[in-house]
Amino acid sequence: MGCCKEAPALSAEVDRQLDEVVGKHKDQPGALLEILHEVQRIFGYLSDDVLIAVSKKLGIRTSEAYGVATFYSLLSTKPKGKNIIRVCVSGPCHVMGSDTILQSIEDELQIGVGETTSDGLFTLETTSCLGVCSDAPAMMINDKVYGNLTKEKVRMILRSYAEVKEASVS
Amino acid sequence: MSAVQLKPEPEVALATVTIDGQKVTVEEGTTILEAAKRVGITIPTLCYHPDLPPQGICRVCVVEIEGSFLLQAACTYPVRDGMVVKTNSPLVREARRMAVELMLARGDHNCPTCSRNQKCELQKLAESLGIRENRFEVVRVPQPKDTSSPSIVRDPEKCILCRRCVAVCQEVQTAGVLFPTGRGVHTEIAPPLGRDLAEVACVNCGQCILACPVGAIYEKDDTDKVWEALADPTKHVIVQTAPAVRVSLGEELGMPTGSITTGKLVSALRRMGFDKVFDTDFTADLTIIEEGHELLHRLKTGGTLPMVTSCSPGWIKFIEHNFPELLDHLSTCKSPQQMFGALAKTYYAKKTGIDPKDIFSVSIMPCTAKKFECTREEMRASEYQDVDVVLTTRELGRMIREMGLDFPSLPDSEYDDPFGISTGAGVIFGATGGVMEAALRTVYEVVTGKELPSLDFHPVRGLEGIKEAEVDLDGTKVKVAVAHGLSNARALMERVKKGDSGYHFIEVMCCPGGCIGGGGQPIPTTLETRRKRVESIYQADKELPLRKSHDNPAIKKLYEDFLKEPLGEMSHELLHTHYVRRPLV
Ligand code: SF4
Ligand code: SF4
Ligand code: SF4
Ligand code: FES
Repeated sequence: MGCCKEAPALSAEVDRQLDEVVGKHKDQPGALLEILHEVQRIFGYLSDDVLIAVSKKLGIRTSEAYGVATFYSLLSTKPKGKNIIRVCVSGPCHVMGSDTILQSIEDELQIGVGETTSDGLFTLETTSCLGVCSDAPAMMINDKVYGNLTKEKVRMILRSYAEVKEASVS
Repeated sequence: MSAVQLKPEPEVALATVTIDGQKVTVEEGTTILEAAKRVGITIPTLCYHPDLPPQGICRVCVVEIEGSFLLQAACTYPVRDGMVVKTNSPLVREARRMAVELMLARGDHNCPTCSRNQKCELQKLAESLGIRENRFEVVRVPQPKDTSSPSIVRDPEKCILCRRCVAVCQEVQTAGVLFPTGRGVHTEIAPPLGRDLAEVACVNCGQCILACPVGAIYEKDDTDKVWEALADPTKHVIVQTAPAVRVSLGEELGMPTGSITTGKLVSALRRMGFDKVFDTDFTADLTIIEEGHELLHRLKTGGTLPMVTSCSPGWIKFIEHNFPELLDHLSTCKSPQQMFGALAKTYYAKKTGIDPKDIFSVSIMPCTAKKFECTREEMRASEYQDVDVVLTTRELGRMIREMGLDFPSLPDSEYDDPFGISTGAGVIFGATGGVMEAALRTVYEVVTGKELPSLDFHPVRGLEGIKEAEVDLDGTKVKVAVAHGLSNARALMERVKKGDSGYHFIEVMCCPGGCIGGGGQPIPTTLETRRKRVESIYQADKELPLRKSHDNPAIKKLYEDFLKEPLGEMSHELLHTHYVRRPLV
């Protein structure tokens, strides 16, 4: 019967890596969270197949692993882009127009918050205070902070990241 | 140290507390909620359910404790000796109202079109707290309905995140499907991996519906299909009624819990326009004959043991997902609903000269999983879908209300031939242990050729999670076990898996209490209502002149005219089935 998607087959190598991580943390308190963090460190994000496999190895249900994976902001169930954009939406930035900034990024990249561009270059997220309120509105790309943003400035910054990619390709 | 006086420890420490000026002495550790109940004060609750562990999530039950700064949740907070509690101070009333207003401001609470209108705990609360306007602006984060399952609909925009369904799905049923996902305003109680219910190991038991205080999970409504068929002059519309419905439909229509309303049920269906009103109890008797012989056959020929019953479709889907390696243990007998469906469009069609394509076969079930079962591709023995539509007790109740029938004052009437005669053995299918007891009544007499000294097998009755018994069949000792609720079934199957359970025959019912506690039954369905319905089932059994399936004259005739013999070729084709392995997500 075709009612349920078939269980996935992970490559033997991935399976071995998962075994290793699960084996290392299995018996400590908070094992699930610890394991998911480490697995994400290896694979970049927590795919359906990986969550199913980890749950099975831990003897828990996928629903629990998925619940934890979607609750903690540091864990992600979707592949992330090469560059992570985090737009501050805390009070001061909000007052200074972070909505407009967010909108202009969405327009420029054609993605919404939580999504990744189809070329895998950018992921857009929001964040709370980045500690540069005097330069509001602000955002972070990877670990670099940009302040005093305007629509134009945002566009230029994004293009500079896109060009780095093109340059490195050619 | 000076001499220590040894005093025997009192068995339980007691605490005397004052609640709204009333003194009450209770065991230490009792929650404030329970202590208040003893002095006649019902503290409002929402995430609390009498049959589930308290969670302290919703904050509707908060109270003031003298000397404590914070309001505390009465459903989880234990009393201490000397405690002074206020359940109705201005501070408490304000906090309570705020909690309810916030819930009403989240999502879509449009009561008139809600499945729970007039049966919703949130709605009741808003009424009893006198909430006439909401200070909070409604926030709607679009969360689409999940209508993928043939049995269950989820409407997350009505969900108040109380997690009662999570406790049921994870702990009581161990189906492990529903869990909180996401965070903040995006929190949703949902199946994993963003999948729909139909794509995961949901067994369609509907126990989450019974646990839900609001209209966020409900049965898929199929009443329109039935109205349409009833209005179609080219259709011959027949109906079968499950054992458990006769002891619960009255409750859905305002009568006391446990009312036995078999005759009124038949009258109502006839007034609605069904051409024939039949009884699933008839095919329950047939199931016993087939399953009893299957057990004897397995005992004799060294077949797979223990044999496990197969009439509960939630249980079937559960074992298919969770123990696919044990599928050979399942009896190959179809459920009574599906045996009926297969016979209706073959035997009955032939007998009456009606083209099976013109027969519209409806069944009234206490069960949401039956809606899934009738759509399984194995269930087309007549080359049509054998059972066209399954209605739950609640849906039938709605149709009767819509029609304006005054159910309690309807006269009694009798089922139609040829599927109207049944025995007490068929009736007790509705309660946990009933299939086992019915089977033992028949197997004993078939094997020993002797009449049973007593028809009542008490060790397999009652609401204990796992029940065991040993029956002496003229020297052959048969060990049996009964489980209801899937956590109990899981425990039993783990033992079977190890291979040393020693059982010959196991009955499993998916829902706690058996079908009387099914996911399609009247709301509320709690331990207490389950108990009352079980009592009524055994009462109905006692009142019937025939109580053993093999004494049913219509069954004898069915074999003479059509099936020829139990486990014969015809039976194999129409009454038996096979199962599929399903992945576990
Ligand atoms: S869930 Fe309750 S409060 Fe919300 S719409 Fe339905 S009946 Fe009304
Ligand atoms: S129907 Fe049963 S298995 Fe499915 S979600 Fe509800 S409780 Fe879980
Ligand atoms: S679906 Fe119902 S039971 Fe489940 S969390 Fe939401 S309101 Fe509570
Ligand atoms: S009923 Fe006590 S916190 Fe919900």
